[in-house]
Amino acid sequence: MVSITEKAMKAIFVFCGLAIILFLVGILYILLSNSMPGLIELGLGPFFAADRWNPGAYGEPTYSLLNMIYGTLMVTLGALIFAVPVGVAAAAYLAEIASPWEREFFKPIVEVLAGVPSVVLGFFGLVVLAPLIARAFNLNSGLNAFNGAILVGIMALPTIITLAEDAITAVPKEYRHASLALGGTRWQTIWKITTPAAFSGITAAAMLGMGRAIGETMTVLMVTGNMVARPESFLDSVRTLSAGIAIDIGDVVFNSTHFHALFVAGLLLFLITFAVNLLADILIQRKPEVSK
Amino acid sequence: MMQTKSNVTLEETRVQENPKPEPDKLKKNIENEYCEVKVENLNFFYGSVQALFNVTIKVQEKGVAALIGPSGCGKSTFLRVLNRMNDLIPKTRLEGKVSIHGENIYTPDTDVVNLRKKVSMVFQHPNPFPKSIFDNIAYGPRIDGLKDKTVLSEIVETSLKGAALWDEVKDRLNEPALALSGGQQQRLCIARALAVKPRILLMDEPTSAIDPIATQKIEDLIRDLCTNYTIIIVTHNMQQAARISDHTGFFLQGEMVEWGKTSSLFTNPEDQRTEDYITGRFG
Repeated sequence: MVSITEKAMKAIFVFCGLAIILFLVGILYILLSNSMPGLIELGLGPFFAADRWNPGAYGEPTYSLLNMIYGTLMVTLGALIFAVPVGVAAAAYLAEIASPWEREFFKPIVEVLAGVPSVVLGFFGLVVLAPLIARAFNLNSGLNAFNGAILVGIMALPTIITLAEDAITAVPKEYRHASLALGGTRWQTIWKITTPAAFSGITAAAMLGMGRAIGETMTVLMVTGNMVARPESFLDSVRTLSAGIAIDIGDVVFNSTHFHALFVAGLLLFLITFAVNLLADILIQRKPEVSK
Repeated sequence: MMQTKSNVTLEETRVQENPKPEPDKLKKNIENEYCEVKVENLNFFYGSVQALFNVTIKVQEKGVAALIGPSGCGKSTFLRVLNRMNDLIPKTRLEGKVSIHGENIYTPDTDVVNLRKKVSMVFQHPNPFPKSIFDNIAYGPRIDGLKDKTVLSEIVETSLKGAALWDEVKDRLNEPALALSGGQQQRLCIARALAVKPRILLMDEPTSAIDPIATQKIEDLIRDLCTNYTIIIVTHNMQQAARISDHTGFFLQGEMVEWGKTSSLFTNPEDQRTEDYITGRFG
């Protein structure tokens, strides 16, 4: 009797494990099957042409994703420029400097930050950040790439902090002791020994934070202004790939070229995030060398 | 013997030549009698557990002092008292007085970073940084603010020569230190400690993790170094203590049972417990 229950339980667990793969393959299949008609009809060229995204145009619709790719890159890289230094410093603080009770106090806060719904963060961007940015840079509107980058950076922070802290904590304490015993200060030890030794883990943390940032939709939709023109600075309004899909998908004609073009954007987004996550995973696997 | 004596005189002159501290400080910190290391009535606690009981010891001249005793007897704890590495362990507490070169190192205004530059440490397991051989040795001088490449190269060369490693690595200074063998890594760690120009070297069972031939090299090295440095070494191995040290201290259950010249401690111990230990009746 026991062995049958055992077998059934095992089957259920194995199935749940395999389901993850099934979901991933399924998502990729849907993306491919819906974007293929668009790619076959137009080819790859128009999606990267120099014109803009204007699928509803009377006469000659255009499908260039280029400006949205720029928008995504600006928001993502802007977010990382802000979130990586702050996140790594916070992680170093938690791993190396904070007393046990400070750590107990800060870690749940980081988790709460991770749980803030992106819409709520969007409100914050609209109501607080946008007027501040408009005033600071003397603009008509504070809805731009800069605003999006800050908010997406805040959203990527918990991922970066948590993973970078793990990486720093994993550095063998022998390195620290060696540095301190040579008359290194705590600051020098963190800056010159611990953080460099955790470099691959910290890079992975940044990459996963980036993966989080690239796909972020709701917040950027609310605060970046969503213009499809080519952005020229961080203070220009931008539309990201994710926001572009979300804006159009509601009223697009099912199975039209426009519909398929949106799936091409989705496929592109998927591939970028997949590549970033894969790279991060490879970096995490590469454990720091330890002397025996 | 002549050698050591002249060294002591040199040390004394050096102390007198030091820039004069304020008279108050002089009274407070400097003792009349000059000692490399002087520990008086030291009690040490991990939380509520007492690890050292009333340890008193004087290391008066350069040379090698060995600390022996069974596992858990407190000899490593004692060693880490001398450069305040125990500060890293939370909830430790210390009573008594510890002076290095006549200066109390447990005052509120003691500069621990400076102390550790003067009293450097080599650990049980070789722990080179995951950097190149050159960068490992240059680490200490660099964090001290030295940037000049030629001076750094000179220090790296002298330190590696001092640790008898130069000939083996001079052609591959830019290779990762972790690619060296265990014995070479340990000599690298000694070289790295020498690069900060310490006056005292603490060694915590430096040969316990490496093979006999490498051990032989390190023992030879310790004998070479002890003319210029005071070396205090914790060892599990009584033969090693007998081979390389000038003075030996025997620890048992947190107490310093006996302290004296190595030759007399091993041939003619005063305490019965010391005799039992060195003749292998326990431990």
